[in-house]
Amino acid sequence: MGALKLPEQTRPEAPAASGATPAAPLYAKRQKVYPKAVQGRVRRAKWLILVLCLLLYYTVPLIRWDRGPDMPDQAVLVDMNAGRLFFFWIEIWPQEVYYLTGLLVLGAIGLFAATSLFGRVWCGFTCPQTVWTDLFMLVERRIQGDRNARMRLDLKPWTREWVVKKGLTHAVWLGIAAATGGAWIMYFNDALEMTPRFFTGQASLEVYFFFGLFTATTYLLAGWAREQVCTYMCPWPRFQAAMLDENSLVVTYRAWRGEPRGKAKAEGVGDCVDCRACVHVCPTGIDIRDGQQMECIGCGLCIDACDDVMTRLQRPRGLIAFETLANLAASEAAAGALPPGPQRRACGMQVRRVPRFLRARTLVYAGALALVVAAMGGAWLLRQTTSLAVIRDRAPIFVRLSDGGIRNAYTLKLGDKTPGVEAYSLALEAPAGLNLIVLDAESDPAGAPVLTTRPDGITQWRALVTAPAGLRLPESVPVTFRLVDARGRVAVSTSSVFLGPKP
Amino acid sequence: MPTKIEKDSVTGRETTGHEWDGLKELNTPLPRWWLYLFYATIVFAVVWMILYPALPVTGLHGVTGWTARGAIGPELEAERAKQEPMLARLRAATPAAIAADPELRNFALAGGRIAFANNCAACHGAGGQGAAGGFPTLADDDWLYGGSFEDIHFTITHGVRNGEDPEARGIAMPRFLADGILKPDQVGDVTDYVLSLSGQAADAAAAGRGEALFAENCVACHGEKGEGNREMGAPRLSDQVWLYGGDRASVLRSVSFAHAGVMPAWGKRLDPAIINMLTVYVHALGGGE
Repeated sequence: MGALKLPEQTRPEAPAASGATPAAPLYAKRQKVYPKAVQGRVRRAKWLILVLCLLLYYTVPLIRWDRGPDMPDQAVLVDMNAGRLFFFWIEIWPQEVYYLTGLLVLGAIGLFAATSLFGRVWCGFTCPQTVWTDLFMLVERRIQGDRNARMRLDLKPWTREWVVKKGLTHAVWLGIAAATGGAWIMYFNDALEMTPRFFTGQASLEVYFFFGLFTATTYLLAGWAREQVCTYMCPWPRFQAAMLDENSLVVTYRAWRGEPRGKAKAEGVGDCVDCRACVHVCPTGIDIRDGQQMECIGCGLCIDACDDVMTRLQRPRGLIAFETLANLAASEAAAGALPPGPQRRACGMQVRRVPRFLRARTLVYAGALALVVAAMGGAWLLRQTTSLAVIRDRAPIFVRLSDGGIRNAYTLKLGDKTPGVEAYSLALEAPAGLNLIVLDAESDPAGAPVLTTRPDGITQWRALVTAPAGLRLPESVPVTFRLVDARGRVAVSTSSVFLGPKP
Repeated sequence: MPTKIEKDSVTGRETTGHEWDGLKELNTPLPRWWLYLFYATIVFAVVWMILYPALPVTGLHGVTGWTARGAIGPELEAERAKQEPMLARLRAATPAAIAADPELRNFALAGGRIAFANNCAACHGAGGQGAAGGFPTLADDDWLYGGSFEDIHFTITHGVRNGEDPEARGIAMPRFLADGILKPDQVGDVTDYVLSLSGQAADAAAAGRGEALFAENCVACHGEKGEGNREMGAPRLSDQVWLYGGDRASVLRSVSFAHAGVMPAWGKRLDPAIINMLTVYVHALGGGE
């Protein structure tokens, strides 16, 4: 992998550094972005993904999944009160939250892999910030008109037209934001049962709080903050460059073909007519012709804008394209010296290679993905559904019985993550002579106490272990409680200690 | 003293005039909104002090008459009302019946644990572990007055030697040395005999002498072989559990000066439902009979 050669970045608003004048304030005021509407292949793909993402978000809580009586029948549900997380056939308990962590780790590695292959596709197409901002911009455009109309409107604030159009826009935005916050709470409460209670004011304060929180954040982030979230708030743009290399597909301007810029009919100029269509459609307000920039979210709308202009000028499309930096450098090397025209275009395009998808970086990501998937799958298959917690009484540490025997008491918590009722015999592995009884428990034919579970719950038992008088034991003796199932297999074993006076 | 106040070219503000190794500080006033907010909090505080109890002076309430205790009153009432059906059932049932009903038993164990911590744990220790000096362990199998549901319930209700309840448990043991009933060497002999009852090392000759004295003075309450008497609360002397210590010095002291532990009559202080819950809880500590 060679060093990345990125075109030098020139930001129009960046102040010139000069030693003589005192440093300008470090605060840069936001320049409002007015993205122009655009049609094309990338835009269609984005609409499609937007619809799919929103459809997923709004319909998933409505999917039903039968888990039997007394169990929620929502397929995807985070039940905070009962402390259960349901995902179709999967149900996890709070102490198993590492499965969720594993899923997030998978998501992170997947993001790294996708970025090293195709650049910031997550940012440009599927990130909720992008999806909702796109939706909000659609509303804004429908009500206030396209770029120029919106800019004109903002020049005359507090006129009748301004108030009506702005008011309507914000009302619709708030409506969408409320629907977003409303759907969010459906993931934490039964959607079908919660919705009527929500609208009749019978839901809990918690529900209304989170509804308000997500309504407010959606409205602020997608309506007001927009590209500032990507540029200033999100950590991802800061380190995503570490996943990119010269073989990643990124949104690029083919400078070797476009430069020098000039009028369409001028002689000796490149394909770029400097119409600034690419700048006008950009949702983050940057100029892709300045090269790779942190602000670029890789949405590719400038590709559509430029393709449209090139088609109208009857020039081949692809002056701005998803392209690897390696190809860009190869084209530059081959065609950069040629005079502008069809020959330079053909020469530059000819030397391009199919992007190398299999490379050390992507293989490492694929390996890491496979490893985490295997670890999670293994952990899931070996998941223990029965648990036995042994809590030794600390007050009193031990009890001296009237015959001189020593007794320890334990609280046993038997957890069962399955919907059925199981029965286990409890065996004590301890020095000979120690005697185990469990209060209120039945006995099996061999005389061992039988503990029964509660479906998807915990049963509690009190066990008394007694050392008869005269049994010489050290101060602390390790003991192990074992749950033995009907087939004689040890389901769980938990260790504890038996304490007595100093010998 | 600030000497060189100058105007900063970037912000247009004046400096404070202080300079530290070339660093100057801008004299930036507090934002207006911040100041107004500050004034508003002062006004708020004054209004608050008039309306609500704010000054640490007894009897000085705010004009609204609000108190924290009064505010939580309705909530407590509501909680009590919620518990009432269950408490009514607990009041009506006997402790044995409560223990046999899983729902009542569950409620009684949870409530009993709290009531025990509030009322009993100060003497009997958390979990009924007891304490040295006459506070019996409730988790063992040795009972002064019996470990059945009825016995525990009676003891909690009426207490022990408290002088306030005519039905209180326990009678007083004579102070054999202090009251001159036995001579010092006789007390020693009885002590050796008592130690021999529980199989402890004792002077055989002294124990032999003590046997007759024991039969004369102690058997009436503690039984012929020191097996104790629950009617009177006379402890069993033949076992390994000693309320006031089982070594020779402790037993000698007990014979000489006697002990008379006391316990309040909780029947006069607690709701019958709570006494029932306590009974079930104590019974379940490990020694219930």
